[in-house]
Amino acid sequence: MNKRYGLLAEFSTPEELMHAAEEAYDAGFRKMDGYAPFPVDGLAEALGKKNRLPLLVLIGGIIGGVGAYFMQWYANAVSYPLNIGGRPIHSWPSFIPITFELTVLGAGLTAFFASFALNGLPRPHHPLFGVPEFDRASQDRFFLCIEASDRKFHPKDTRTFLQSLNPLSITEVPE
Amino acid sequence: MHTQNRSPNTVDRSQSFSPLGYPTNLLTPGQTYATVNQTIADIPLKRAPGPWWVGFIISFLLLMMFLVAVTWLFWKGVGVWGINIPVAWGFAIVNFVWWVGIAHAGTFISAILLLLFQPWRTAINRFTEAMTLFAVCCAGLMPLFHLGRPWVFYWLFPYPDTMRLWPQFRSPLVWDVFAVGTYFTISLLFWYLGLVPDLATVRDRAKKLWQKKVYGFFALGWRNSASHWQRHQIAYLLLAGLATPLVLSVHSVVSFDFAVAIVPGWHSTIFPPYFVAGAIYSGFAMSLNIVIPVRKIYHLENLITDRYLNNMANIMLVTGMIVAYGYFIEALMAWYSGDIFEIYMMTNRAFGPYGWVFWVLMLFNVLVPQALWSGRIRRNPVLLFIVALFINAGMWIERFVIVITSLHRDFPPSMWAMFYPTKWDWMTLFGSVGLFLTLQFLFIRFVPMISISETRELVAEPQKANTL
Repeated sequence: MNKRYGLLAEFSTPEELMHAAEEAYDAGFRKMDGYAPFPVDGLAEALGKKNRLPLLVLIGGIIGGVGAYFMQWYANAVSYPLNIGGRPIHSWPSFIPITFELTVLGAGLTAFFASFALNGLPRPHHPLFGVPEFDRASQDRFFLCIEASDRKFHPKDTRTFLQSLNPLSITEVPE
Repeated sequence: MHTQNRSPNTVDRSQSFSPLGYPTNLLTPGQTYATVNQTIADIPLKRAPGPWWVGFIISFLLLMMFLVAVTWLFWKGVGVWGINIPVAWGFAIVNFVWWVGIAHAGTFISAILLLLFQPWRTAINRFTEAMTLFAVCCAGLMPLFHLGRPWVFYWLFPYPDTMRLWPQFRSPLVWDVFAVGTYFTISLLFWYLGLVPDLATVRDRAKKLWQKKVYGFFALGWRNSASHWQRHQIAYLLLAGLATPLVLSVHSVVSFDFAVAIVPGWHSTIFPPYFVAGAIYSGFAMSLNIVIPVRKIYHLENLITDRYLNNMANIMLVTGMIVAYGYFIEALMAWYSGDIFEIYMMTNRAFGPYGWVFWVLMLFNVLVPQALWSGRIRRNPVLLFIVALFINAGMWIERFVIVITSLHRDFPPSMWAMFYPTKWDWMTLFGSVGLFLTLQFLFIRFVPMISISETRELVAEPQKANTL
């Protein structure tokens, strides 16, 4: 038997995809994903996807801010103190602008790189790219793919289940 | 219905209007996923139209002039410019503030309007984010040129150097390095993050192998999956949330370069808000100067409707009024302070040797933009383009007035001198416009210039595209 990645069902509207995702989740499928040319509200939640990105971004921002303040304090108050007209050496208000900028930088870099890392990108090839119809996922079609690694996956029964959702087509995705 | 084959280039004139007479369409009726994909994604895949080549060649020649001016500057030193003592900050700083300001509209449109759920950012955010990046490039170069010894610019960064020195973190000039550096980085990430799904669309539409490979490389293997989109949307929203205070902080920090100094005419608490408003003002003017011709050349009237122009003109009117208020407060505070130097500076600014520049500024930045009260002008692309040109020039003149007239008559009259720009000053200014436009033309040629995925969202939710 040739190995397969999963079964791909094609829909023409976001509402149909949303409905299919809810049905599939209720039917007990978990290893699956929806594909749409724009973010469909609530689709990821309907498929049971979670994400930890906001927490990581918060941590990135805190590291940036604390690091920036420490750097300025260490440089200007400890390592190379300059007495200018008897003003305080640890003059915290003038350290605030850079602390703010580096907080934003730390959080922003984390948001960008963590979102790609959690998505498993960059990844030049994927079994789905082997399906010619899949090119339209970035243009005007909506897809639901139930993966073969799902516990409930069965080549015949899953196909029958997808058929019940009235898709435009069902394609087997080879590994 | 998605496969129906109507030409995306025919303009549907059936506009809808609000009770006040504003156009409300963000998309002309009858747009489908197919027409949107075709209109936007096929521009980078096809040959460039004639007007593109004309614009690109002119910009490229200006860029070459920039190269000549900068080479001569590096060879001879900053003495080739018209700067002297007391006017040590000449065109370089004027240009720096002008370019940073222009950058701000991009972030305003892409981040602040996103957070405010304003759907009229959709067709223009990609353009203006690109404009932000290129304007920050031009801005960042100017202080480097002004250093005199540009090859040691890295002394501004905290790094373990062999002289065991650290930057002075109490100095606004060091804040500037961090503010502009962070701004450029965040703008680049925000722009690219929004771009990845669109690059995937171009990859999937490309016919030639090299196009598939190049766009495929930059699309990073984007698959449009729900989990991709979920993280993408959250990252995009978070970056917008971060960019919003950032954009306000950057021009505030730039204004601290002036306001923290004790020079009369600079030492003023109105500077941060007044600089931020001026930045958004000039940035919208520059966006209009770019969007209006591009819309015409590429026949994008179906996607960039009159509503966009009208709304951008409204923002210019509001920020222009804030800027005018800033001019008024500057004069009022000079008088109210009772300080002889402040009062003299203001009198000298309006009636001294550079007085005519000040009145040109009032004409360009305060008087001419009053035309935007008229709805007919706001919705007439040609007239709007002309008003925006005036504002762009006016905002440059504003920075000239702030920098030069505050400096050229120092406290003791023995320290008075005039500043006259040399041809190298002018070549640097217009050359930097060449750099900006060259990058902008390359962007239009090779990158989808309107967010395709967000426009598809408008197609899917037509009620969103048609509300006030």
